[in-house]
Amino acid sequence: MTRGVAVQLTDLRRTYSGVNALDGLTLHLEPGELVALLGPSGCGKTTALRCLAGLEDPDSGRVEVGGKDLTKVSTNKRDMGMVFQAYSLFPHLTARQNVEFGLQLRKQGSEQRRRRSAEMLELVGLSAHVDKYAHQMSGGQQQRVALARALAIEPQVLLLDEPLSALDAKVRTQLRDEIRRIQLEVGTTTLFVTHDQEEALAIADRVGVMRSGKLLQLAAPQELYSRPADDFVADFVGLTNRVVGTSRGTTAEALGASLPLLPGSATEGTVTVLIRPEHLTVTQDAQGSAVVISSSFLGAQGRVVVSPGEDLQQVLVQVPSAAVADFAPGDRVTLRPVGAPALAVARG
Amino acid sequence: MSGIRATRRRRQSVLRWVVVTVSMVFFAAPLAGMLDFTTKDAQGRRTAATWAKLVDVEGISRDYPDLAAGFTASVGLAVLTVVVMLVLLVPTMTWVRLRVPGLSRTVEFLCLLPLTVPAIVLVVGLTPVYSWVTYFLGESTIWLGFAYVILVLPYAYRSIDVGLRAIDVKTLSEAARSLGAGWGRVMVRVVLPNLRTAVLSAAFLAVALTLGEFTIANLFSRTNLQVAMFLLGKSDAQISVAVGLAALVFAFIVLFGLSFVGGRSHSRKENS
Ligand SMILES: Nc1ncnc2c1ncn2[C@@H]1O[C@H](COP(=O)(O)OP(=O)(O)OP(=O)(O)O)[C@@H](O)[C@H]1O
Ligand SMILES: [Mg+2]
Repeated sequence: MTRGVAVQLTDLRRTYSGVNALDGLTLHLEPGELVALLGPSGCGKTTALRCLAGLEDPDSGRVEVGGKDLTKVSTNKRDMGMVFQAYSLFPHLTARQNVEFGLQLRKQGSEQRRRRSAEMLELVGLSAHVDKYAHQMSGGQQQRVALARALAIEPQVLLLDEPLSALDAKVRTQLRDEIRRIQLEVGTTTLFVTHDQEEALAIADRVGVMRSGKLLQLAAPQELYSRPADDFVADFVGLTNRVVGTSRGTTAEALGASLPLLPGSATEGTVTVLIRPEHLTVTQDAQGSAVVISSSFLGAQGRVVVSPGEDLQQVLVQVPSAAVADFAPGDRVTLRPVGAPALAVARG
Repeated sequence: MSGIRATRRRRQSVLRWVVVTVSMVFFAAPLAGMLDFTTKDAQGRRTAATWAKLVDVEGISRDYPDLAAGFTASVGLAVLTVVVMLVLLVPTMTWVRLRVPGLSRTVEFLCLLPLTVPAIVLVVGLTPVYSWVTYFLGESTIWLGFAYVILVLPYAYRSIDVGLRAIDVKTLSEAARSLGAGWGRVMVRVVLPNLRTAVLSAAFLAVALTLGEFTIANLFSRTNLQVAMFLLGKSDAQISVAVGLAALVFAFIVLFGLSFVGGRSHSRKENS
């Protein structure tokens, strides 16, 4: 069993013909930690991962793993396991031979290789498919073999670049949980790149949100959700309503109530308050100023879209699924924040 | 409905057979003529004497030293051409694909260029080059191989390009490198095995082309198989034609083998 090492990326910059793919990215991974990098398409997640892997040279900045500076070390000497978005099994080799590839390069004997590959393929639940070629396996199975192959060499760091995005929803959640189980079992420091927020929140110890080549916030999933550093993070992670309000320093007036503000909020003037759908309530009220626009049943919960009136933007409210039937379009309602801390940003 | 389709299918298969038969006759008639010519003696009786002479290796090298030398030279040329072509083309094309995809058009253009240059022009252009080659490396026929590499470049380029397009070279090589393979290992352990069919077909084409090459060798006054046959044709037409027939059949077998190899790996994929 390997124990993880710390990873430190310092002020990485990378420009592609004028585009700042990385614009001073600094990121620290604790030993054995799984960090997910999350962000919209083109924000530089893949570039960050490839710089860590040595597949891309940063224009400036430093890559350190386990306290050693690897910035100038080539990929094949970095000792990192990678799983790619595209299927990457060697087509001319069986699952077992794929897993043994890296071990062979490390001059391990055939007996030892065989034992290790059997162990790894069992870990990913593919003991029955060791002699299959890539074209004989499903996408999910291929990615499992790729994971086994990456872990077989006992890498210092495991790098996963959207390994699940080519799979269908059900396999995706299943394999995602399995990746987490395996990662906890082997304890390898892992960087997981994804643009799927649910995926990131579900398996990561900490989630880093990126935008335009910069890291905006790196925090545990709950903290990221309840205490977003800015409105981009709040918008990107989970759903959020933008409501006009007035800031009074540590509180803000919005929707006729006073809300505590999160650190980093705008402290004065007219602001946009970001409120989560589950931090609002609606109640039937013939005298209410808000009007129901629509309501929808989503299985475990329901959602009501409400217009607060006074030509304010529509807001989304989460309700128990049993309550969805109580709200019909046109109903008059009262809208109230439950009083959870919210982020306020200056109106721009 | 299905009746119409069946009729159409029957009509198509008839057409197919007509085409195959006509082209078979077209190609086979000269071969049959050659076979007929080489199995007759002066009185017009059937004899296998010519073919017996041909398979008698010792006799051949004694009685027709040019032919033996030409044959050896051509085999050597084929090997040299294939080796130089592969060493030149496979890493270059892989590298261009991985690192400088912007250059791929240029490389394609350069590789296809020889198709548009007639052999005679090529010779004129190569003459000064070969005076240097002769100066440094000597007069041996084998050095024609460099010119042949240029000649086979377009065909070899095509087949290797097809092979490279069929695999995700970038991801595969990155996966191999992350597992600890240097560039040499990536080429030998990952790229080449997956280009097997493409490399084989490039090699077969190069062999077939080299064995059949006459113009350049003749104009440079070197004796390869075809030149030897040509010279022999003046003195002993029968043995010359027999060698020609043997060479043709060999080339057919090579090309047939090629389509077999290509077809087999294809069906392996489809079986899944
Ligand atoms: N090889 C390249 N050549 C030119 N531009 C590139 C190259 N690789 C990335 N870029 C640019 O750098 C920026 C960041 O790309 P990157 O692939 O890191 O984004 P990403 O966050 O992984 O996006 P996605 O979620 O779509 O995978 C993009 O604007 C992209 O166009
Ligand atoms: Mg990406």
